[in-house]
Amino acid sequence: MTETKTKKSVTKPASQRPPAALGKAKTADEITRRSFFSWLSIGWVAFIAATGSFFTMMLRFFFPNVLFEPVQTFRAGYPEDYTIGEVDLRWKDKYGVWLVRNEEGIYALSTVCTHLGCTPNWLGLEQKFKCPCHGSGFYKTGINFEGPAPRPLERYKITLADDGQIIVDKTMVYQKEKNQWNNSEAFLKV
Amino acid sequence: MEGFKNLINTIASPTILFTATMVLFFFIFPLNDWFDKWNRRLKLHLLWTKKAMIIAALLMAGFFLFGLSDPDFRSIVLKPDNVPISGLIFLVYFFTWLSMHQAYQNDERLENGEKVDEHYDAPNDKALVWPDLVYVEFIALILCSAFLLVWSIGLQAPIEEPANPTESPNPAKAPWYFLGLQEMLVYFDPWMAGVVLPSLIIIGLIAIPYIDRDPGGSGYYSYKNRKLSIALFMFGWLVLWDMLIIVGTFLRGPNWNFFGPFEYWDIHKLEALTNINFSEYIYVKWFNTGMPNNILIREIWGILVLLGYFLILPPLLAKTWMKDLFARLGSFRYSVFIVLILIALTLPIKMYLRWMFNLKYIIAIPEYFFNF
Repeated sequence: MTETKTKKSVTKPASQRPPAALGKAKTADEITRRSFFSWLSIGWVAFIAATGSFFTMMLRFFFPNVLFEPVQTFRAGYPEDYTIGEVDLRWKDKYGVWLVRNEEGIYALSTVCTHLGCTPNWLGLEQKFKCPCHGSGFYKTGINFEGPAPRPLERYKITLADDGQIIVDKTMVYQKEKNQWNNSEAFLKV
Repeated sequence: MEGFKNLINTIASPTILFTATMVLFFFIFPLNDWFDKWNRRLKLHLLWTKKAMIIAALLMAGFFLFGLSDPDFRSIVLKPDNVPISGLIFLVYFFTWLSMHQAYQNDERLENGEKVDEHYDAPNDKALVWPDLVYVEFIALILCSAFLLVWSIGLQAPIEEPANPTESPNPAKAPWYFLGLQEMLVYFDPWMAGVVLPSLIIIGLIAIPYIDRDPGGSGYYSYKNRKLSIALFMFGWLVLWDMLIIVGTFLRGPNWNFFGPFEYWDIHKLEALTNINFSEYIYVKWFNTGMPNNILIREIWGILVLLGYFLILPPLLAKTWMKDLFARLGSFRYSVFIVLILIALTLPIKMYLRWMFNLKYIIAIPEYFFNF
């Protein structure tokens, strides 16, 4: 019923209308109930489309076409390059790895503190890794003994290539608390 | 002079500093009538007089000036990063004093049957926003801007070399307002100190008006109406937050070791800090059996201790020491209150366990990232 009334009252100018009808009268550019809802739905569709595409773009941003990640596997020279009983710092800056040579072989320690991820320093005098952020300390083996670090430093896969060079693969991680250090790839026997 | 410096260095060692602070604290901010009685008897309430404020401020300034003659003290305190923290010590002291001064004055007025200082006597006390308030704010704004300008010219911003993930500065310090959290991280697992406890601090602050619904003393400064609330809040604020910031700024040096204010920051300072988990204490030191392989059997003792702390202590306290409080708050509000307080108290408890027994974690399950 109300719809037919609307169409009829279209032409009447506002000034000629009796004052009592002011609140109810409708003109051409007045918003009706129906047009209000259609505009509202257009608005919502536009809003959802805009935010939706924005979040799609954001999501896409997390999966770049090219990933400039540092190489995860690297050749670390020959076992003879490493002195027995020393922590080797030469790969720390580039790959985040300490290579430690002991009497029996070589292992690759991650330079990420297991507490909150700072880089500990190797203190040769004290024979320990010491984290400057919260004071976690690790033995040369990587086992935690000081401060809040809850678990030992992680070790990476270390193997020999055909040409006799050491290959460190950071994609394979061995954790002491899961008894993975016994794995043959966590320790390179020389 | 050397003797005095050594004395200060000794006092600044964590066990002595924290024990002295914690013991003194509740006599200065009395928790209940018993502490209040001793507060009056020891004349500690005189700390909030004007004379005491001037003496304390002069003593603090004198200590700083004296300290500046020492090269180690100077290098820490005059570091541009740390200058604001020195200022913070004075500011926190002054505003604590100001509010306590007003509170004790009002307490006295109320005792004499007078009206509190903040009493609004309409229309005689009426003041206009413009010009009375805005004028003062404008002056304050200009002064602060001038001060910041002079400061920013006078002290160089500590811009360092580009960030390098493989080279953490030693010591690596959080921004000053997070130093309390960083100190907490020394004693807790990152999940606890980095996520759970900070959230609980915020939740606890939100919960205050729902736990403490006592309308007495609202609208004006007063101590005696709200001893427990003020003492507990000030404990959290001054000891567990501000003091940790100050300790983190001035007393934590290379390798995150403790250093006295007059001590050289020696990278090779040796401290025996070999930490032991609670389960290792039980199975290795007391039972002499070696660690069991089953995680649950290994950690059951720590779990029992924690369950006892959180489940047996609250009803025990409700029956004994906190009887009145329990009656006043009811069981639900009491439980929320006591659990929040007990969690807050785990921080000093764990600090002491670490310092005195080298205890690392009460429950240690690194296999599943759960340590407490």
